Amino acid sequence: MVPVADNFYATLNSAVFSDGSFVYIPKGVRCPMELSTYFRINAAETGQFERTLIVADAGSYVSYLEGCTAPMRSEHQLHAAVVELVALEDAEIRYATVQNWYPGDAEGRGGIYNFVTKRGICRGARSRISWTQVETGSAITWKYPSVILQGDDSVGEFYSVALTTNYQQADTGTKMIHIGRNTRSTVISKGISAGHGQQTYRGLVRIQGGADNARNYTQCDSLLIGDKCGGHTVPYIEVKNHRARVEHEATTSKIDDDQLFYCRQRGLSDEEAVSLIVNGFCKEVMQKLPMEFAVEAQKLLGISLEGAVG
Amino acid sequence: MLEIKDLHATVDGKEILRGVDLTINAGEVHAIMGPNGSGKSTLAYVLAGREGYEVTAGEVIYDGRDLLAMAAEERAQAGVFLAFQYPVEIPGVAMSTFLRTAVNAVRKARGETALDAIKFLKLARAKMKDLKMDEQFLGRAVNVGFSGGEKKRNEVFQMAMLEPKFAVLDETDSGLDIDALKIVADGVNALRGPERAMLVITHYQRLLEYIVPDRVHVLAKGRIVKSGGHDLALELEANGYAEFDNAA
Repeated sequence: MVPVADNFYATLNSAVFSDGSFVYIPKGVRCPMELSTYFRINAAETGQFERTLIVADAGSYVSYLEGCTAPMRSEHQLHAAVVELVALEDAEIRYATVQNWYPGDAEGRGGIYNFVTKRGICRGARSRISWTQVETGSAITWKYPSVILQGDDSVGEFYSVALTTNYQQADTGTKMIHIGRNTRSTVISKGISAGHGQQTYRGLVRIQGGADNARNYTQCDSLLIGDKCGGHTVPYIEVKNHRARVEHEATTSKIDDDQLFYCRQRGLSDEEAVSLIVNGFCKEVMQKLPMEFAVEAQKLLGISLEGAVG
Repeated sequence: MLEIKDLHATVDGKEILRGVDLTINAGEVHAIMGPNGSGKSTLAYVLAGREGYEVTAGEVIYDGRDLLAMAAEERAQAGVFLAFQYPVEIPGVAMSTFLRTAVNAVRKARGETALDAIKFLKLARAKMKDLKMDEQFLGRAVNVGFSGGEKKRNEVFQMAMLEPKFAVLDETDSGLDIDALKIVADGVNALRGPERAMLVITHYQRLLEYIVPDRVHVLAKGRIVKSGGHDLALELEANGYAEFDNAA
């Protein structure tokens, strides 16, 4: 899925990776519980390069959860992982990530560099791959979980909530490459910036010549908290088939003073109010997470937002 | 319960309240009427603690405490409630989540135990029944897509759930038809009691037929210029506010 020469960090990973997971789901098997892995970068001054490969054979189903965390250190550390997903005919892979790498301190010192290559291919007809991510950590994130929709009637989905506070930077998005016929993709990206955080949605929707009746729906929403942060959107749309339908919507908003006051007048503190409003903003994406992860993710958002108000 | 003394307040550099004096005792319902621009909503916002409203002189004593020194949420937790004239929408946040968080914040401040989801739902359903509100409201996002009447009923519903000691109702009658008005008024009247005080802000005396006040005050150009009993409201309905144009 990810060739050695794909990008610098993928090459680095290919050269040095030693850890990771390989999951194979046999034909027709529906994995009855969520599989989960948990990554932690323990040692100082090390980089971490895992490789994950999931192959879902015809008619199978798997839901995979990935949690990431790292303790605070004063130097930056590198996380350059590669994740490859292959879904055959009628198979479905759901991959969810809650990323809480150390984001650096309030002055932007230290923090993990999170440069990850994630790619899925819907190789078989009617296969489905969905990526869901909640990114609250890491100093700098470059991450574009993508889906190549090769099989006819295949479906790709990308749901993302990214939070940047203090001096974090996140540049994240997805690539949906439509190759087969009647393929569909959905992209919902919610970016929240606070402090001096900078966040960019960078997405590509490419409809190849043979992708008759391809459909894409993309929605990117930015929420800005305070006046020193930034939210940016860089969408690329390349269409080579006139029977495709591509929709793109984007909104930018800030937390309304009126909304905050309404909550405070009902007895909620500023922080409780912001947490409530942000959770409402992210609801569509949070609903895609398996329940236990969703609860954890909501709490994580709340904690990460502490001190971001004002 | 509430003593307002010589209250002056400025908004956007303009002085709106120019020395308001008002005393409200527990168990009383006072009405404030007045022409547009007289400062009625400003008074409501200053009492609730909204930012952007600068108090330049005067004091407000609530239950023996300096109200103006308290943050907005502290006032709410101490039992001050404002039924907004234009309730704001909060997308994605379900009424039930919002209200349960609020109710428990207030209960915590009062030293009471938090309500779990089941107890909360039971209480909410009972109050909604009294206000003839569809249970579906609990699942809807706060005020999103609510009609004017639904928003006002939602304010009274929240008031019933939060059980405040002092409630300010800012033009709770605007946008309501007679039937909705009766339901809202019944809801408000059900909350009247010897321990509770209310300040009803309105343009029209119609609401006061249903929520009969103990005292009526006229606010004009930032000051209370006349006070009286319920009859004053009828007088105003008949004569308008013209006589107060030069009063303040």
